[in-house]
Amino acid sequence: MHEISLATALISLVHEQAVAARARRVTRLVIEIGALSHVDTHALRFAVDAAALGGPAEGAKVEIQEPEGTAYCLDCESSVAIAARGAPCPRCGGVKLLVQGGDEMRLKEMEVV
Amino acid sequence: MCGTCGCGQGEKRVEDLHLHQAHDHPHSIVGLHAGSMEGHHDHLHQNVGGQVHSHTDGTAGAHEHADHDHSHEHGHDHAHGHEHSHTHPDGTTHSHSHSHERAYASSHQHTRDDDAAAGETRLLSVERDILARNDAVAAENRRALQAAKTLALNLVSSPGSGKTALLVETLKRIGDKYRLAVIEGDQETTADADRIRATGVPAIQINTGRGCHLDADLVRTAMARLGTPANGILFIENVGNLVCPAGFDLGEAYKVVIVSVTEGEDKPLKYSGMFAASALMVVTKTDLLPHLDIDIDRLIENARRINPTIGVLKLSAKSGEGMDRWIHWLETARALRLATD
Repeated sequence: MHEISLATALISLVHEQAVAARARRVTRLVIEIGALSHVDTHALRFAVDAAALGGPAEGAKVEIQEPEGTAYCLDCESSVAIAARGAPCPRCGGVKLLVQGGDEMRLKEMEVV
Repeated sequence: MCGTCGCGQGEKRVEDLHLHQAHDHPHSIVGLHAGSMEGHHDHLHQNVGGQVHSHTDGTAGAHEHADHDHSHEHGHDHAHGHEHSHTHPDGTTHSHSHSHERAYASSHQHTRDDDAAAGETRLLSVERDILARNDAVAAENRRALQAAKTLALNLVSSPGSGKTALLVETLKRIGDKYRLAVIEGDQETTADADRIRATGVPAIQINTGRGCHLDADLVRTAMARLGTPANGILFIENVGNLVCPAGFDLGEAYKVVIVSVTEGEDKPLKYSGMFAASALMVVTKTDLLPHLDIDIDRLIENARRINPTIGVLKLSAKSGEGMDRWIHWLETARALRLATD
């Protein structure tokens, strides 16, 4: 994914939420970027800082949580953790896995004043 | 830089319609422009360096107003909205309806120390998807398409996979049978829309400038101008790119990923997001197989490794091989759309 796209969408969402909450400034953002979401969190952090410049979230601390990928293996019929899409089942080595989690890109919390 | 994609500031155009209207000031983060930046809109804003807008249509964006004066001060909370206009250096005049129910201080600069002293720190639980704005517009598109019983397909691939050739051949075969329409996404030129229109099917070109994918807002604008083919099929040919379009729902019923046999077996593993998001993989240019070493079974195996439920079709728009099955798939998907609300 393109991190700058996400960063600008994130900052728009942050501004929207800040307005709704009658906040003056945003001091901390907690975002969740799943391990399977194709996002480079280093690039995202840089892009978020840049996108926030000149607005109420400028300088906000950015915390990124990275939930692991989870999938259901159709071969051994169990839920397993996976590091990447296309990775084999860590239990049985099967390759028919349905991704269940770990692809989220969410704004979880904001600390505001 | 564009707030939708961030890929570059290139001008977005839906053929003959320039989406940067009336705003001549530089945007540091440009909001979603299409149709939403008319003269009148409600917004809240903050005046410390940048401005925050919350438009009544749900659009949120921030941009810098270069060197123009607002003739009002925001030193207190208003309990009501009010209209005002201001003039940009280039003479453009805007009329805004402001709703100042919030406490953004705007007539002074302040520092972080001021903040700490002035208010309590609060933790807001948000739990919203980062692309929620795009998803909301996509949901609107989807409702409009459902109401018209239109099957919409989002065709995605790398550049040069043969999307337009496949479309042209498809339209020749079923253009007389069903109502069809095509939205063409490309960074520049109307070449693809011109090729489609030569078949007699209505088409509209979206140029994304330097943007690398279509978003739901651009498609909404294009749909409003093109109309949705009731009981028929709307093909949306996305910008050739196997990365970015995967994350942007347009309101389609299905994403169809197109891979040509010249691209090798590993595309699904290299660009797994796109294959995970697609319902169908169409392998094109099979007429070239005698000249290539590609192992198609491995390509399919790799695609199913990413997405065990993905459907697969193999065809050549040039020789016609496999086209009947593709047309059958389209007709079945259309019938399914007609059969359900």
